Amino acid sequence: MASLVGSRVERKEDTRFLQGKGRYTADINIANQTYAVFVRSPHARAKIKSVDTSKALKSSGVVGVLTGKEIAEDKIGGLIAGWAIRSEDGSEMKVPANPPLAKDIANFVGEPVAVVFAETLDEAKEGAEKVKVDYKVLKAVVDPAEAMKSDAIHDGVDKNLCYDWLLGDRKAVDEAFAKADKIIKVDLINNRLVPNAMEPRACVVDYNTASEEITLYTTSQNPHLSRLVMSAFGGVAPENKLRVVAPDVGGGFGSKINVYNEEIVCSWASKKIERPIKWVAERTESFLTDTHGRDHVTHAELAVTNDGKFLGFKNETIANLGAYARVFGTVTPTYLFGPCATGVYVIPAAYSNVKAVYTNTAPVDAYRGAGRPEATYTIERLVEKAAMELGMDKTEIRMKNFPTQFPFKQTLVHTVDSGDYVAGLEKAKQMADYAGFEARRKKSEANGKLRGIGVSSYFEACGIAPSAAVMSLGCGVGLWESAEVRFNPTGQISVFTGAHSHGQSHDTTFAQIAADELGVPMENIDVVHGDTDKGTFGMGTYGSRSLTVGGIAIVNACKKIVAKGKRVAAKMLEVNEDEIEFKDGEFVALKSNKKKTIGEVAFACYLPGQRDEMKSPIPEGDEPGLIESSFFDPANFSFPAGSHICEVEIDPDTGNVKVEKYTAVDDFGRIVNPMIVEGQVHGGIAQGIGQALHENTQYDETGQLMTASYMDYTMPRADNFPEFNLGFTCTHATSNPLGVKGCGEAGAIASPPTVMNAVIDALGGQEISMPATAEKVWKACKAMKKSNAKAA
Amino acid sequence: MKSFNYHAPKDVKDASKLASSNSAFLAGGMTTIPSMKLGLASYKDVIDIKNIKKLSGIKVSGKTVTIGATTKHVEVAESKDVKKAIPALAKLAGNIGDAQVRNRGTIGGSISNNDPSACYPSACMALNAVIHTNKRKIEAEKFFTGMFETALKSGELVEAVEFQIPEKADYQKHPNPASRYAIIGVFVAKHKKDVNVAVTGAKSCVYIDKDLSKKLSSSFSVSAIEGTDVKSSGMNSDMHASAEYRANLVSLYAKKAVEAC
Repeated sequence: MASLVGSRVERKEDTRFLQGKGRYTADINIANQTYAVFVRSPHARAKIKSVDTSKALKSSGVVGVLTGKEIAEDKIGGLIAGWAIRSEDGSEMKVPANPPLAKDIANFVGEPVAVVFAETLDEAKEGAEKVKVDYKVLKAVVDPAEAMKSDAIHDGVDKNLCYDWLLGDRKAVDEAFAKADKIIKVDLINNRLVPNAMEPRACVVDYNTASEEITLYTTSQNPHLSRLVMSAFGGVAPENKLRVVAPDVGGGFGSKINVYNEEIVCSWASKKIERPIKWVAERTESFLTDTHGRDHVTHAELAVTNDGKFLGFKNETIANLGAYARVFGTVTPTYLFGPCATGVYVIPAAYSNVKAVYTNTAPVDAYRGAGRPEATYTIERLVEKAAMELGMDKTEIRMKNFPTQFPFKQTLVHTVDSGDYVAGLEKAKQMADYAGFEARRKKSEANGKLRGIGVSSYFEACGIAPSAAVMSLGCGVGLWESAEVRFNPTGQISVFTGAHSHGQSHDTTFAQIAADELGVPMENIDVVHGDTDKGTFGMGTYGSRSLTVGGIAIVNACKKIVAKGKRVAAKMLEVNEDEIEFKDGEFVALKSNKKKTIGEVAFACYLPGQRDEMKSPIPEGDEPGLIESSFFDPANFSFPAGSHICEVEIDPDTGNVKVEKYTAVDDFGRIVNPMIVEGQVHGGIAQGIGQALHENTQYDETGQLMTASYMDYTMPRADNFPEFNLGFTCTHATSNPLGVKGCGEAGAIASPPTVMNAVIDALGGQEISMPATAEKVWKACKAMKKSNAKAA
Repeated sequence: MKSFNYHAPKDVKDASKLASSNSAFLAGGMTTIPSMKLGLASYKDVIDIKNIKKLSGIKVSGKTVTIGATTKHVEVAESKDVKKAIPALAKLAGNIGDAQVRNRGTIGGSISNNDPSACYPSACMALNAVIHTNKRKIEAEKFFTGMFETALKSGELVEAVEFQIPEKADYQKHPNPASRYAIIGVFVAKHKKDVNVAVTGAKSCVYIDKDLSKKLSSSFSVSAIEGTDVKSSGMNSDMHASAEYRANLVSLYAKKAVEAC
């Protein structure tokens, strides 16, 4: 039987998605449900003097109104920061309370203050308008670079500083810098992004008054974690009385990791008002309250020799956490960022220092790539600038500093198991016709256009997160993944995974893996996820972990099935276990060539002792049934890597930047489904080009989000992209039995510096910040004209 | 959205009768409905005029193209008659918003709303359009009075727009990358005697750039306006584009339009 792993199997999920048959949270309706509308702070920072709900309560159709006071009285806990980060001086990070409904103070525009439940959505909206909140508006802290000099917005958080974290050795770096021929410096802004999942957040809560069980349908990337957080920290209900279901989810990109205010409030309230509750975010609410991404201000330096060897690296970054520290908010700008900031290079000395600050803006958390795009942007801007200042070819300088031996002990934390960075860059050069660039540049020039080429080589640490690694860093919980493979008596198989698909195609890829392991057609396999009542436990999907962690748990569970199957088949075929070979779904007795299919074995496991059989097929010591589970905790992160090359053409009259060519060569180890991987890369690159050229989140000085709709926030569109030219190098990971590496975030990690390096190349080295919008580029072109005129 | 009374009259007279200070005419609803949904606008009566047959359609006579108020952008963009008589107008309509907007949005709605970044007002100005209402005929120049302001009075309804067929014309816009409205748009029309350069997006209301128009009237060529210093004073400056950038684009796109004529 041909292996399914490695083939372009069409997506099982497309049948329902393309026919409009997906079942999303907002599609779920419960009899007798009420509709929730949240009253949100219109101010970025304001004391809540009083909340008057009396008129709202009298409003037509209103069933109940709840405020921060009631939720505090019921001792419902707030939102949490998942990872503990220590400052350089050893002190613990400072995390303010983040109540589900603000009681005394609101800290960003959109923070929920009260909630209204009514018979219809219109009545709930009407009621919400009648809740009168008396605010005392305070001066908002908006700019992360100024936050440490501004008023403290949270009690007990001096200078708005959550932590001042260091990774690396300052002294070694100073010594390396002292030996350098040249110090390359960059000042960078990693622009804040709004994730913009296609499906806005939503929740539907059903409280069963008889069993006292709460069922929460929600738009989550990790339903089990949501249940854990709501139970352990929120105190909403014990875990056995709380079922969390994340059905089809239309994109997350990190913004659906957190348990949000609305889910906690609606779950708590459903029990209180003894009615089901439905809440669906409007797009503006998504803009205002989904966790945002990035938002770093970075100064970084690279010490180099005249012949282009890297000696040392320093990275001083201010990371904006927004108003509160959320689940991955504190780890994203530290352990997911700092170690990767030295990139794919041998750099003897390095440090990353990150000051995370609170501001009166929407909380910032993981967003596709989480920390690694910021890291790659930092080092790859430096490297490109170093090539420019040293007059070296931009690929040569990279090649010169690539490690060639694997495992490669990277400067700050990671030991990279496998890779071939030279092969990746060589392949990218060839695919991009790097050598032919100059001719294309001249052609553009003849048409009055500026053409630039940019390169970026990256690696990233994903497959989040091996317990051993996390524990050794002392920063929180390890994140394994579970799987259960359940043979039904008649031979169909349910594969339960703790990972969650919100666009990753698990229905297909996980079925491919299990089908190969079990030797059955993938049509016989259903991948089941997203329901805490079905799977045992799971950590969910983020950090490109589904396949490298969850997929391996499936493989391991399948291997246990086969092992038990062998024992049963041996007994059925009356041979010793070691005389049985399992191949293509059949247990074959080697000597006699008698066989039992895995389906027959499964049937026998459930219905032992059939008519005319003298003995049970279940061996002594084994139990009936054919269900196996596995919890997989990887030994190490997974380290995809690659090189991307981009060419842009700039119209100096308008400043319009056109991405003319985009080549990506990635190493994802063994590839399960090339078509799906290509889709992941396409999406990632699109988001990265969005960050580099289009997406421009802007708060005004009072903390109002100016770009809170698609009228003002530029999402990249299909006509902003050329056809992507994709290639792969496949060095198998040694840290897992499939040899796979994560692929979900790579495109978004590699592409922003690739594009920006191309833009800056076209501008003759003139620095420009993301997003490189037409007006900014036009101004740079004007400045370039001026300085060229002067030089002439 | 606040509840409202929905009316769908069959003729203009009934529509007019229903109008009050607390009503809105609804054609494609591309602005009115989002405004109502966002709570930025609410009306007691919404008067849907899509069922009034005489308001829709395209007529070409010798010298003019007349487009009914409820004619959709897509119909203008795809009309063989418009493409033949004033290809620039079909091109303009074909680039408004996106396919969804073009399939619902109407010319009457666009000009009655007079969004400072809308495309159609520039065509009206450059093509010496006459706006036919149920009460009178208004020259384009007098119709667009300010930001989201027109000469329309309460109960007055645009019935059609009558464009003068020029010798040559072209429309060029620099779209806002988010909304794809015009950051600026320039409509250049060469008529028998003179040239009109109408600019949208740059200021609070569409206007004729007199300097560019004059120069092109004496010599219709790119070189005639080469180096013209389009002043940025009075131009919009917002997070999408500074006044200076807009001024640069106006002069650039005017040249592009002349070139394309």
